[in-house]
Amino acid sequence: MKPNVIIIHPKDNVGVALTDIHKDESIVLPDGEAFPALADIGFSHKVLLTNISRGADIIKYGETIAKVGQDLRKGDWVHVHNLNLEGE
Amino acid sequence: MQTFMGYERADGTAGIRNLVAILPSVSCANPVVEAIAREVPGVVPLLHGHGCGRGGCDLPGHSGTLQNICKNPNLSAVLVVGLGCESLSAARIETVTAVANRRVERIMIQEAGGSGKATARGIEIAKELLAFAATQERTPQPIDKLIIGLECGGSDAFSGITANPGVGVASDRLVKMGASVILTETTEMIGTSHILAKRAVDEKVAAQLVAMITNQEKKTQQVLGPMAKRIISPGNQDGGMSCIQEKALGCICKAGSSPINQVTAYGEIPSQKGLIVMDGPGYDTESMTGLAAAGAQIIIFTTGRGNPIGFPFVPVIKVVSTSKVYNHMKDDMDINAGTVLEGRGIESVGDEIITLIEKVLTGEQTKAELNRQNGILCLYTQTTAF
Repeated sequence: MKPNVIIIHPKDNVGVALTDIHKDESIVLPDGEAFPALADIGFSHKVLLTNISRGADIIKYGETIAKVGQDLRKGDWVHVHNLNLEGE
Repeated sequence: MQTFMGYERADGTAGIRNLVAILPSVSCANPVVEAIAREVPGVVPLLHGHGCGRGGCDLPGHSGTLQNICKNPNLSAVLVVGLGCESLSAARIETVTAVANRRVERIMIQEAGGSGKATARGIEIAKELLAFAATQERTPQPIDKLIIGLECGGSDAFSGITANPGVGVASDRLVKMGASVILTETTEMIGTSHILAKRAVDEKVAAQLVAMITNQEKKTQQVLGPMAKRIISPGNQDGGMSCIQEKALGCICKAGSSPINQVTAYGEIPSQKGLIVMDGPGYDTESMTGLAAAGAQIIIFTTGRGNPIGFPFVPVIKVVSTSKVYNHMKDDMDINAGTVLEGRGIESVGDEIITLIEKVLTGEQTKAELNRQNGILCLYTQTTAF
């Protein structure tokens, strides 16, 4: 299957959706790995590539952009609703 | 790539183009410059809107920028055209340029007896300078003489996903080869001072980066007022961006992940090699003028909406973020990074940029050069006219 997510930097733990991906549809990474989307993920939005705990860093462009406000699983949609943006 | 075929200048720098420029010291001299350029095909008129009526930081700022413009290695010779009563001294530009061992001549319109006589004399000089330039030859030059400027303009939601990361790959490779890369547009670094500071080569550079970005943040607040806090807008969030850091990272990733070796002022010629951060505005043409003054021989310009503007004597490579705009404005765009959205790897965009740079270094023209999208010099201006 054709990849529908791009990973900008090798250190990133989120990818960017290249199309609208609906819940339960397959997320396909550039290396061919596939796993289900746990939520609707809009085009150009972030998808989590690994399970992480509350307080962990979200890394995009190889840098920490924010910390997560709750435990999240591989395939989750990452955005303002589950990030801890207090004090930003 | 260890060397490139460049025109070595007497000050040790090396151009990838061998042009003769005619520079007005003040906007009142623009028509004489244009008249000379009409009669002498091949010379490059550097029209601009300044040279008088400004004080504060702008008089030394404009003066220094124009002096450094004349030292850009892509110029083999410069004719400075002054009026005679302007505050920005033509003689000063001439003197500084001559110190840089560049062939430079000057005419003053009032001294010459008016626009017609100045134009006639200017035509003679310009022809002599073209003949001088024709004697220059390309020779192998070490890659550490190469400075690449980075610019983004007319960005869209994909710029930070396709074009800018692709340029980042190319930037890292250029720095590894020994070339220098200049990242600028301080407005687009707001929110990332802690990230950029971590990449600084030492504490002094880290402190300069933080001060530069904090200062820009204050200026932005003065200009935009309460809107400054809304830099991450609901539209940004709809596009998947969660915070200001994420948005700014999409811009600064043009500079890859190399260490930052120096922070410079707008239009300053760097004394260090490798990745340099230059303070400057986000406005495309002002920013490119600063990069040219800093000595950039090539500018890589990413665009989302499609901006065709080039620069009078620096080849500008356009990297566009989507196939849609690439196909729509094909005549203006050099590289389509939008293919990343169709599954192409970012590394391969970086490869394509390096391959094109190698060709441009030895004379292949960019789309902006072919289309003569030269424009004018836009000088960074911070005070009001009087």
